[in-house]
Amino acid sequence: MAAPLTLLLIVAVTIRAALFRTSLANLISERVEVVSPLNAWKRVVEGLALLDLDISPYSGDVFHETPMVIYLFHFLMDYAEITFMLADCLTAVALYLAVKDYNKQVFRKQKFALEADRIPMDCLELIRSPTEMYYIPLKVAMFYLLNPFTIVSCVAKCTCGLNNAVIALFILSTMRGSALLSAIFLALATYQSIYPLTLCVPALLYLLQRLYIPVNVRRSSFWFYTLQYLFMFLGSLLVLICLSFFLLGSWDFLPAVYGFILSVPDLTPNIGLFWYFFAEMFDHFRLFFLCVFQINVFFYTLPLSIKLKEHPVFLIFMQIALIAIFKSYPTVGDLSLYMAFLPVWNHLYRFLRNIFLVSCVLLACSALFPVLWHLWIYAGSANSNFYYAITLLFSVAQILLVSDYFYAFLRREHHLTNGLYLKKKDGSEATLVLK
Amino acid sequence: MAARRCLGLWFFLITLCVVSTGADVLHTTPVSGAESSAAGAETVVARGLPGAPRDPGERTAAEPTREEAQTVRTGEEEQTPAQPTREEEEEGQEQTREEEEELTREEEELTREEEEELTREEEELTREEEELTREEEELTREEEEQTPAQQEEQTRRWEATEWAEEQVHDAADPPSPPASKDDFREELVIRPLHSGDIYASFQFRTVWDADFMGDRKVSHYRLFPKSLGQVITKFSVRELHISFTQGYWRTVQWGQPFLPSPPGAELWVWFQDTVTDVDGTWKELTNVLSGIFCASLNFIDSTNTVQPSASFKPLGIGNVTDHSFLRYATLPREIVCTENLTPWKKLLPCGSKAGLSVLLKSEKLFHSTFHSQAVHVRPVCQDPQCRTTSMELRQTLNVVFDLHTSGQGKREWSLFKMFSRTLTEACPLASSSKVYVDVTDNPQGEQFELTPATPLLTQAVVLGDRRTYSVYDLTQQASFGSSRSLNMLLRWKATDGEMLRPLLHSERYVAGYGLQAGEIHTLIYNHHPYRAFPVLLLSTVPWYLRLYIHTLTVSSKGKDNRPSYIHYQPSKDRERPHLLEMLLQLPPNSVTEVTVEFDRALLKWTEYTPDPNHGFYVGSSVISALVPSVVAMDTNSTLDRPLFSSFFPCKEEASYFMRVYTEPLLVNLPTPDFSMPYNVICLTCTVVAVGYGSLYNLLTRTFQVDEPSPGLAKRIANVIRRFRGVPPL
Repeated sequence: MAAPLTLLLIVAVTIRAALFRTSLANLISERVEVVSPLNAWKRVVEGLALLDLDISPYSGDVFHETPMVIYLFHFLMDYAEITFMLADCLTAVALYLAVKDYNKQVFRKQKFALEADRIPMDCLELIRSPTEMYYIPLKVAMFYLLNPFTIVSCVAKCTCGLNNAVIALFILSTMRGSALLSAIFLALATYQSIYPLTLCVPALLYLLQRLYIPVNVRRSSFWFYTLQYLFMFLGSLLVLICLSFFLLGSWDFLPAVYGFILSVPDLTPNIGLFWYFFAEMFDHFRLFFLCVFQINVFFYTLPLSIKLKEHPVFLIFMQIALIAIFKSYPTVGDLSLYMAFLPVWNHLYRFLRNIFLVSCVLLACSALFPVLWHLWIYAGSANSNFYYAITLLFSVAQILLVSDYFYAFLRREHHLTNGLYLKKKDGSEATLVLK
Repeated sequence: MAARRCLGLWFFLITLCVVSTGADVLHTTPVSGAESSAAGAETVVARGLPGAPRDPGERTAAEPTREEAQTVRTGEEEQTPAQPTREEEEEGQEQTREEEEELTREEEELTREEEEELTREEEELTREEEELTREEEELTREEEEQTPAQQEEQTRRWEATEWAEEQVHDAADPPSPPASKDDFREELVIRPLHSGDIYASFQFRTVWDADFMGDRKVSHYRLFPKSLGQVITKFSVRELHISFTQGYWRTVQWGQPFLPSPPGAELWVWFQDTVTDVDGTWKELTNVLSGIFCASLNFIDSTNTVQPSASFKPLGIGNVTDHSFLRYATLPREIVCTENLTPWKKLLPCGSKAGLSVLLKSEKLFHSTFHSQAVHVRPVCQDPQCRTTSMELRQTLNVVFDLHTSGQGKREWSLFKMFSRTLTEACPLASSSKVYVDVTDNPQGEQFELTPATPLLTQAVVLGDRRTYSVYDLTQQASFGSSRSLNMLLRWKATDGEMLRPLLHSERYVAGYGLQAGEIHTLIYNHHPYRAFPVLLLSTVPWYLRLYIHTLTVSSKGKDNRPSYIHYQPSKDRERPHLLEMLLQLPPNSVTEVTVEFDRALLKWTEYTPDPNHGFYVGSSVISALVPSVVAMDTNSTLDRPLFSSFFPCKEEASYFMRVYTEPLLVNLPTPDFSMPYNVICLTCTVVAVGYGSLYNLLTRTFQVDEPSPGLAKRIANVIRRFRGVPPL
């Protein structure tokens, strides 16, 4: 398995290196879909330039990266391209290993279930075979590395590639059952962009499951482990924040990074829902809707964890997808991370209802973004509504995609317990509905 | 390296400050109020209006205090004839005195230079330099007096500068305590421009020996406008400079204005160091000034206010270096019109009733290509030792009349044609009231003809150039002639004249296309053939154009020209603008190009102006420089000067302070659809609801086998059967 992966990495790096050398790189790095005010490379360079002028990068409103990123690129400025390519490769490898682990585990669980005769007889066609699972890790890596979204994101040197790498490492360490590493990487991801905070719950669920600790509030072992994990997570987060403070000697970065993410002052267009909504918002409702929209990201964590408490990995996928859709400054790089997980769920394909429609919409929107942007900004023959319409459609397509996978997952679980071919009372073939 | 650069900058700033204090305006109006006020009584007497026509009807409108001043003056009229004879007597003495002083001055200059290099003790140095500048001024003025003696023209008489008269008088008698503490002078300078346009510049100066800075409350106002005085006292203002300008000054065509100003409104204020809440005071002050001048100065807030670190030094006395007491703001969008002129005229002691201000008729003034009115308040020295300070209020009004719109294409200008008024008298409250016409390019009258001719001539070094002016003294009845009104006529004979190209000018524009990003280009031209000089460039860019300082490039003659000092303050969204200050060295005969990239922000729909697609203004950049003077450009100008005096160029001729404003920019921003707020809110919320709804569905419901519900007829039948007590179907 290592050979195809190596080949894949070489291909991916070659594509990126070739694109870096073309004039496309400049064009891509200006695209609002690829870079946001939060993670644009231009702003990282600006932050370093400000630092060179002895001005705090956070005294202005251009730089919103965390102090760690400054210090990372303070040393790696000349190797930025390699850094981003490495980050992508690292993400792919981490996902590859994580999915490999996960598949092993799925297979083992399935075997136990079969041995225990818990699976109804007519569900045998739902059983996953090792041969079809064999190429899934490679497909995941391929979906990440060769996804055009990842490629443009890397070529634009968008720092969300780094965030993706951190999240991928977090997933890997969780899969390997290393609570400490998992907490550290989660803290790092949270430190970079708040939202991965919600991944805390699935990681905890997974680790508990791995140690066969039941999720039961009356059990002390559950509380002990939970507190231990939270302590590690919060502790490393605190260490990171204090370290940032000591690096720059001021707390300016807190409002400049987290305040910026949460209060959305920069309304530069992006693929998300925030920019036009808050550009057109009435001032006295602004705070209210800001709260509503931000809570929206964190809101689904609790019900989803209850519903999916047996399937923490799918929960991680759902969370990452919801963050990518509902975060305040989304970029296509965020999409690429959850899209990399789609091959993991390709056994759900038979239950997906509108995958064809959704993929068409996503493709059409990706093509229309630059077109309508050009019409609005350069040609002047369209206005902001055109671009806004596409972002709306893109968001709807993503929401449908995620909810479709969620539906398919739940339905498969239902079939695995109740049988695939359900009959009505009168013996005729029944249809399954949500009630 | 850094330390040396710092020192270099520091030295540059000091000189800049000093020279801007000393030599920024017309030479005949010295910076210190002492010269005119120390011997105030005599001057007033000498300038009294013995035969000026006095219309009692006009006087009734004047305030009682002015009436008093009038009587004081008429009572002392008998001393008038003594003046000219005394002046002639002293001429011989002055000749020797001049030479002596010139020597001592050179010595002092040398010692000064040594001191600068060795100690660089700022305060002492600045004080010394100020004194020096003042002494130099005296000297040049005396020189000016001397030079005409060598000229052959017997018909023209060189005007004895007022200052010299007083100096002579002071030397003769011990100074007597001044009768009145305030002094008012008015002036009009007319400069015919080679393009056929004409430039008229009014200056009204009130100096008051009141101490606004002290604890004593100033409550009795005479010449100084009370409205302004109260503002200065209340807000502890040290210096206030405000200008309203309509139109853009074309430096290339018109040369340098006496007092430059950017299009729109500009306000900069130095507060006293007793002010604790500078921002709060500034906010209040702008609101009050907005009321006084009927202008939209209340739009000045933190988003367009900056604190320049080097470009705006105090013009009055005082060596303030802490720029936290300085606030600078421009409103490039401000439209200037009659409603701003009327309150401005009300600040004058004579209003628009008498003196030069009768010319200020708004229907003519605003029918011009360039119009600028300004108010400058600053503390000045009361006496040469600078023991006490006075407050100086300088009101200026500059206007350029266009050859084609105002002049109907005829190269012929008269006061009546320009202002639709003629002059009939001086302002009775003014100690001096003069009209100057620039005749430098017209020594033999070959360019234009000036009628009525005046025998008086004066010379002044203005903006590094030695200019000759014909003087009409309005306090002399002879100026008005037999018609009792002065309407000088300026008729061009030649249609083409060569104007000396200004040594420093600049251009600015926005490059790039589309509404996403752009690039601001500033071109600074140095036309000096062999001398490089440093300039300070100050740009204020609103926050919605996000500058990227790492894209800043400065190049001259195709080579990278690193600024030796950069002060950059990045913007904060909706809080403060970008401030970029740079010290650049302009190589001789070159164009220096400064470029910086920016991104255009999308604003909230309420933040756009009512005409969003008109664009957003970016205020003018300010270029402050010490420019090598045109006089110094001629290195062989030793013809009429003793050799020992001319090896080192004397300071004022070596370089002069100059401020150039670039064009304001008009930048388009991407706009949202303003008619859509409800639609956008509805549609976006719908998408969020789609997400919420589908997840809610999947989270709360469970899969069940679909049992088709019975049909409508069956249900109705069941209801009936229930009533009947029969089991349902």
